[in-house]
Amino acid sequence: MTLFDIISLVVGVLLLVIAFLAINAKKLINSVLFLSALSMLAVVSFVLLKAPDVAITEAVIGSGLVTALFIFTLLSVRKEETK
Amino acid sequence: MKIKNLFGLLLSLVLGVFIILAMNNSEIFPAFGEANIAGRVSQDYFADANVAEVGSANIVTAIVIGYRGFDTLGEVTVLFISALGVAIIFGGKKQSRLDLQFKPNFMLRVGSRVLFGIILVTSFYIIFHGHLTPGGGFPGGAIIASAVLLLYLADDRFRSNVKGFKILEGVAGSLFVIIGLLGLVLATYFLQNFLPVGTVGDLLSAGIIPVIYVLIGLKVGSEISGIVDNFLTEEGSA
Repeated sequence: MTLFDIISLVVGVLLLVIAFLAINAKKLINSVLFLSALSMLAVVSFVLLKAPDVAITEAVIGSGLVTALFIFTLLSVRKEETK
Repeated sequence: MKIKNLFGLLLSLVLGVFIILAMNNSEIFPAFGEANIAGRVSQDYFADANVAEVGSANIVTAIVIGYRGFDTLGEVTVLFISALGVAIIFGGKKQSRLDLQFKPNFMLRVGSRVLFGIILVTSFYIIFHGHLTPGGGFPGGAIIASAVLLLYLADDRFRSNVKGFKILEGVAGSLFVIIGLLGLVLATYFLQNFLPVGTVGDLLSAGIIPVIYVLIGLKVGSEISGIVDNFLTEEGSA
């Protein structure tokens, strides 16, 4: 196995583990954070797959903006509940 | 609950087997570089397309803006409609900022302004070099929006000029269509490249591709900034 194969394998297994954790997290906020980590690892795998265009878009939207919007939504929902 | 966990574990294992299968060079999952891509994608891109004709060093941009420009117009429209939907749901008469849980101090405010400039420069670099390097209008616009988000988070009094964003978005979208129509008038079909292609690899090359990507970047940036603003404001007591 070359170094490339080993990195791909580690990233692939980590993607699966983090996806499983994101589905099974008890708190919603933890789930959102696992989703963000998933996007970050997806960026690595996109770079390994030689798709830098997709990787840049995923890095900005997947792990940046979508996470922020999810967290703001959770904050708003929590505020409504405590009212 | 137990069955759900078991099912999730099984699904993960099946996907894992697929990934490990994909590592080996098999019939279904060929190794990197050995797949016959021309057999999967439309042959025309690889058989007929030459870089000198399109003028874009980044072949992905050549496909997204050059060959499939009309589809990109549709994509931008989809994003516009979703931004409109968010504005309808969150928009109200009286709007005030969402309060932050903490009080930002002087250092955080000034530092975020400095970072705002750097992030904005990076985003414009990515947009302007869309036809040369990976990136382009969509990621660049999203980076603009993330810079605006940074200002919202680091300053508890900041409120962006939403009306300006709306105007910018409308102007950029209209110019996209107008450039397409100019292609129809000056050349033969909608969104055809009517400017000279120039030398491949120069900043000012590839005809209308950089122009359209700048417009897309401005449009996407203002749209997503509008969405961020809508999420961070709320109706009611000012």
